[in-house]
Amino acid sequence: MIVGTLSKITGPVVIAQGMTGVKMYDVVRVGAAGLMGEVIRLEGDLATIQVYEDTSGLRVGEPVESTEGPLMLELGPGLLSSIYDGIQRPLPVIASQTGSDFIARGTVVSALDRERLWDFAPTVEVGQEVVAGDVLGTTPESPTVTHKIMVPPGLRGRVTKIIPEGQYTIDTVVAVLDDTYEITMTQKWPVRTGRPYQRKLDPTTPFLTGMRILDTFFPIALGGNAIIPGGFGTGKTVTQQSLAKWADVDIIVYVGCGERGNEMTEVLKEFPELEDPRTGSKLMDRTILVANTSNMPVAAREASIYTGVTLAEYYRDMGYNVAMMADSTSRWGEALREVSGRLEEMPGEEGYPAYLATRLAAFYERSGRVMALGSDERIGSVTMVGAVSPPGGDMSEPMTQNSLRVTGAFWALDTSLAHRRHFPAISWTKSYTLFLGQVRPWFEENVADDWAEVRERAMFLLQKETELQEIVQLVGPDALPETEKIILEVARMLREDFLQQFAFDAVDAYCPPKKAYWLLKVILAFYDAATQAMSRGVSLRQVLQLPLRDEIAGLKTTPHDEAIARMQQMVTQVADDIAGIEVL
Amino acid sequence: MARESVMDRSLLTVEYQTVDYVTGPLIFVENVHGVSYNEMVAIVLPDGSERSGQVLEVSGDTAVIQVFEGTQGIDVDTTRVRFLEEVAKVGVSTDMLGRILNGAGKPIDGGAPIIPEKRLEITGSPINPYMREQPADFIETGISAIDGLNTLVRGQKLPIFSGSGLPANELAAQIIRQARVVSGEQFAIVFGAMGITHREAAYFMQQFETTGALERVVFFLNLADDPTVERLLTPRAALTVAEYLAFEKDMQVLVVLSDMTNYCEALREVSTAREEVPGRRGYPGYMYTDLSTIYERAGRIKGRTGSVTQLPILSMPDDDITHPIPDLTGYITEGQIVLSRHLHRRGVYPPIDVLPCLSRLMNLGIGEGKTREDHRAVANQLYAAYAQGRDLRRLVAIVGEEALSDTDRRYLHFADEFEKHIIGQGQVGRTIEETLDIGWELLSELPMSELKRVRDFIDKYHPKAKESGASELGDI
Repeated sequence: MIVGTLSKITGPVVIAQGMTGVKMYDVVRVGAAGLMGEVIRLEGDLATIQVYEDTSGLRVGEPVESTEGPLMLELGPGLLSSIYDGIQRPLPVIASQTGSDFIARGTVVSALDRERLWDFAPTVEVGQEVVAGDVLGTTPESPTVTHKIMVPPGLRGRVTKIIPEGQYTIDTVVAVLDDTYEITMTQKWPVRTGRPYQRKLDPTTPFLTGMRILDTFFPIALGGNAIIPGGFGTGKTVTQQSLAKWADVDIIVYVGCGERGNEMTEVLKEFPELEDPRTGSKLMDRTILVANTSNMPVAAREASIYTGVTLAEYYRDMGYNVAMMADSTSRWGEALREVSGRLEEMPGEEGYPAYLATRLAAFYERSGRVMALGSDERIGSVTMVGAVSPPGGDMSEPMTQNSLRVTGAFWALDTSLAHRRHFPAISWTKSYTLFLGQVRPWFEENVADDWAEVRERAMFLLQKETELQEIVQLVGPDALPETEKIILEVARMLREDFLQQFAFDAVDAYCPPKKAYWLLKVILAFYDAATQAMSRGVSLRQVLQLPLRDEIAGLKTTPHDEAIARMQQMVTQVADDIAGIEVL
Repeated sequence: MARESVMDRSLLTVEYQTVDYVTGPLIFVENVHGVSYNEMVAIVLPDGSERSGQVLEVSGDTAVIQVFEGTQGIDVDTTRVRFLEEVAKVGVSTDMLGRILNGAGKPIDGGAPIIPEKRLEITGSPINPYMREQPADFIETGISAIDGLNTLVRGQKLPIFSGSGLPANELAAQIIRQARVVSGEQFAIVFGAMGITHREAAYFMQQFETTGALERVVFFLNLADDPTVERLLTPRAALTVAEYLAFEKDMQVLVVLSDMTNYCEALREVSTAREEVPGRRGYPGYMYTDLSTIYERAGRIKGRTGSVTQLPILSMPDDDITHPIPDLTGYITEGQIVLSRHLHRRGVYPPIDVLPCLSRLMNLGIGEGKTREDHRAVANQLYAAYAQGRDLRRLVAIVGEEALSDTDRRYLHFADEFEKHIIGQGQVGRTIEETLDIGWELLSELPMSELKRVRDFIDKYHPKAKESGASELGDI
């Protein structure tokens, strides 16, 4: 065992000497209190260590002991509905074990419940040849999720023992390969290494969020990635939480990275109460929370993102669609910057380390739709949505710009929309997606043939509105011709009746893509009929007086099926009603 | 290695006379042994006076110490340094209510010494997120723009963004004077003043004494000419006392910290002296983390009655809300109250510009049984109407008032009245009912058809509906 001594302490970074033999990123126990840390630089026999816990009270000369392995997660049944800190310590267990309401230092707790019995059902027989990723057995982890016990990566062989169906703890040896390799229900995996898969697949199925602006205008695919940048108060967290609640995936990993404690409390209080709209079970049953609030140690914040993605990959390997929310990646970037500063590294832009772009790219590339290891060709995906908190709302800062280079969609939150109480405050002029080409066939097949065309036209009207608004600012609305005034009116309908969505309304919180499509269709039918009527000489005022407009405004809060049925009629009714207006 | 008593300490502690290097607020001491990170230090100057400091870095046998009272008069020859083998602590006691203390927690009001019930580490520990209780109850500040539109909730942290020359201190004093919890539980205020001037300190003192508010206030006072580094201790000492009162003495505690900008300047000063790599505008890269260890100490804990609510005040340099101090604060706190120079110039007090204001936790603390059933609806309607009036003002500047419709003119008028009556309440405190009633009074000047957001409550609260009987207005 390698034991060195502390020689320098400066905030969360310490240096130990006599550490010959220790490897980069090995986990060490620092000082008499046994604080957990990670080696981030080696120089002769000196090891620089970032410590995951508060270093107050450490003194020079205290021992530093290597665990001779990198930071590992323990993966197995019982992960779902857990709440972990940045290094996979369950917070409820920390609380009950230490008896304190505050985070005590040097606490060692097991990530998974070692006593709990799981119903194990084998899926292989003795004598069968298995490779890494093959499913040895299953256990129902939650009412909706079946946990698959897989052969860990790197192993293969002939099954020489498999336990019969029954109830076992996670540490039970469930299978033996070639009489030598014992496999339990858990496996360990280093957080900084992506879990292996057979190959990456092209993402073609949309990641449906239930938010009209995202699903219709800026969709991403399962296995894709997006960033949500926005200044404070623009609703990043509400958007992230809304995605976590409604996204059409099997598993959610929600990483609260350097954010507010009260916000985590909100998630903790809400998720166990909310129902999963698709399965009817509790949302918490498919959720893993990683909470490292802003006042918890900065090095653990750096690790929390990797902890989250490793958990996500593990369920991906079972063949599930997993979404990982990281709120906020900027806090992770700041943690990198802080540690880099303590290492006295040459700073890059705005004090961030020069390797920021590399780290970000490596992180976002762990998303994707893959064919998992194993002979049954399971397909799973990890979709990542990272919030970015640009200082002063300035999108030219390094975190936003570097993230943009490696992600496929940009959902820009706009402060001025938030001030106007337009929520979700996602800007339709600044946002973009690169997945449109890949998911378009799905929408054309499952929603409507002319989905892309309808989307395009609505986008055009909103774009045109922005241009017209500039003119209105200068000369007032009366100077516009009627044909342009109707564009302003229709764009207003698009904004208020389509884009704005009440996250707190029982119906409107989730909007299926079909409903969104028909809403657009009705509004566009209104526009077409109005333009036509006005070419006959009907005035804009007459068109606007139609009671139909109020009904359109009420559609988004009308139950989905009822609304869709109604809207299918309305498309023709709108045209008829407007065509029936007499010229005064 | 906790010390048994003061006696032991003086017998066992080694004094070092090995100061090697002095720069800004820092001294470097050589050949030290067994020094721990963040340990407190006593420094004996050549003239025999004593100062305190804290270990910022230990490297081999060198310790870097920040000196709280400044380094003037320290030399490298005869200055002696004694390590106290404990991290910074503050004595806490309920007797601190009504007392004035310096930035490090020592009484400076000439009163009797405070006998601490406990001595607690001022850095505190992060609350386990799992053990947090969601904030749920209302705190009445008596200020309409806050109570009515951006409600403060127990356990929340809601900063006031001010600018130089704006009456943030008056507002702070008014809130301290008026604030109460509606349920009538025990309520206390901890006021941490950092780097404020003698004039400001005198103002607060006079305000508290004349209004009798002082008896429920613990007043930490670090003046502008007090040592900069002491400012780094002040908010933490104040919060340690607040946590003690809240979580061990079951009180509802409101912590007012003013001015956080001075705190951040102190942080930058120390960082620069340590020759750290600067982040934006020379502030250290870890300022977000550092600020969060202050702001995140607001909250409630499962199974405990008390709560810590924070109302930090900061000045935005050059009124710039994107400056690192307000920016990083806004990312940690749950909303913000923004003061406006424009309103101040027009004589509106308190000059709160409600449009950029936000209270993220408002919904948790309002409504039936907490404030009043129509609170959310009235706030939404006031917001919408005022925003519309403000938009129209811009338009009027271009096209003139004649071009407006009658409804638009009423909105324009509403915006003026809103600023005059809802926001500009002066030094008078208002209950939440009064605030909402004034809101209804103003809304009643708008056409009924415009009041979409309060539709459900018109019968009950609309002044005209109340006069003429509900029936004829029922189906609007």
